[in-house]
Amino acid sequence: MFDLHGYGLSILSGAVLTIEVALLSLFIAMLLGMLGALAKLSQSRIARLSATVYTTVIRGVPDLVLMLLIFFGGQVLINKIAEAVNYEDYIDINPFTAGVVTIGFIFGAYMTETFRGAILAVPQGQLEAGHAYGMTRQQVFRRILLPQMIRHALPGFGNNWLVLLKTTALVSVIGLDDMVRKAALAAGATRLPFTFYCMVALGFLVFTTVSVLLLRWAERRYSMGFQQE
Amino acid sequence: MDFSIITENIGLYFEGLWLTMQLVTLSLLLGLGLAVPCAFMANSRNWLLSGPVFCFSYFFRGTPLLVQMFMLYYGAGQFEIIRDSILWPILREAYWCALIAFTLNTAAYTTEILRGAIKATPTGEIEAAKACGMSYFLMIRRIVLPSAFRRALPAYGNEVIFMLHGSSLASVITLIDITGAARIINSRYYTPYEAFLTAAAFYLVLTFVIVFVFKQVERRWFAHLRPREINSSSSA
Repeated sequence: MFDLHGYGLSILSGAVLTIEVALLSLFIAMLLGMLGALAKLSQSRIARLSATVYTTVIRGVPDLVLMLLIFFGGQVLINKIAEAVNYEDYIDINPFTAGVVTIGFIFGAYMTETFRGAILAVPQGQLEAGHAYGMTRQQVFRRILLPQMIRHALPGFGNNWLVLLKTTALVSVIGLDDMVRKAALAAGATRLPFTFYCMVALGFLVFTTVSVLLLRWAERRYSMGFQQE
Repeated sequence: MDFSIITENIGLYFEGLWLTMQLVTLSLLLGLGLAVPCAFMANSRNWLLSGPVFCFSYFFRGTPLLVQMFMLYYGAGQFEIIRDSILWPILREAYWCALIAFTLNTAAYTTEILRGAIKATPTGEIEAAKACGMSYFLMIRRIVLPSAFRRALPAYGNEVIFMLHGSSLASVITLIDITGAARIINSRYYTPYEAFLTAAAFYLVLTFVIVFVFKQVERRWFAHLRPREINSSSSA
């Protein structure tokens, strides 16, 4: 049953693309998450409000709907803007950009909540002490807040990453040649859909298992010096 | 933006809403029904019971729902045994495939939630129940499950919302749920904003309703944990 009829390499290249999409969108999600968390904890009411609207709306709407909205809608929007600045050519948003931006945007909202909790878990007094030593805001962030919040953020971060990894399967719906779509093409050609989707499922299981092991190692590493259960 | 297209076709969205609600409610109920025995099996010391449940939940939690759905919808037809069996009329239909995939998926996550909640039952309560002479099933029904459900409630609320969002995948295998309705409108009129923003609004409202309902249930189930209100007028 597991004769792949020469489509093994094609699936493998799809797997590489899946990883690329996942890592790039994770990067965007972490940036947005950090920004969102700082906005949620800031003094400015506008920043707090916009961060709250961002997390509430994104977490209330399915990923697929957002992806289709950005893929189809973003196309129209960009071309309207291009028309307004007298740009003649038609601009095509490729599925890769749409996929990475959407997934990054969605998981930025989840990361915001994780990072907000982690920042709050660092004792306020330590930050004040840092300021009292005459450190600048950036120094306090880099030397005191960041190293300590990583430990609190890791469990939530790990969950978000696992969900993100599985969400990348959706980019196949907007036509990106990831692992799922490569399998669909191979399944169509060989009439062995179960075999190929099974391979994809196994591929995802490998990714999640490796992730879980790495995360467990990182959690041990960052809770050094703290009491173990 | 021109929302007149949406108001003209709003019936399609409501038909989609009905299908979404059907899929979500049925799969959650069936999934919960599967998850309760699975959670007890997962906590069992006998690996013949806990092993299969572990594999089941590891597979369904480690792979995307989309792939699970494809395996069932496209994959089942690969085998002649299935095509010739009485199951084929069911597995041929996108509706049943989506429902089965959703059910198994939510069952895996719910099993994990319940397993943790059951494991956290204080030993004293179980010992007390045994000392009172309760049989195993009586103890489960009266002592373990009520308190486990209570502990599981916040996490289960999240699972319900995830299932609602996951149900949008049904549109990929030709079903016309809320997302499916939006995709039809978009391809018919090429109005991506109007079509998908309307769908997003539908899901947002549904999410808020679920959050509200779970807040109410939590208020009721956690009533004994709320700080007692001091009523100054009646204390005299």
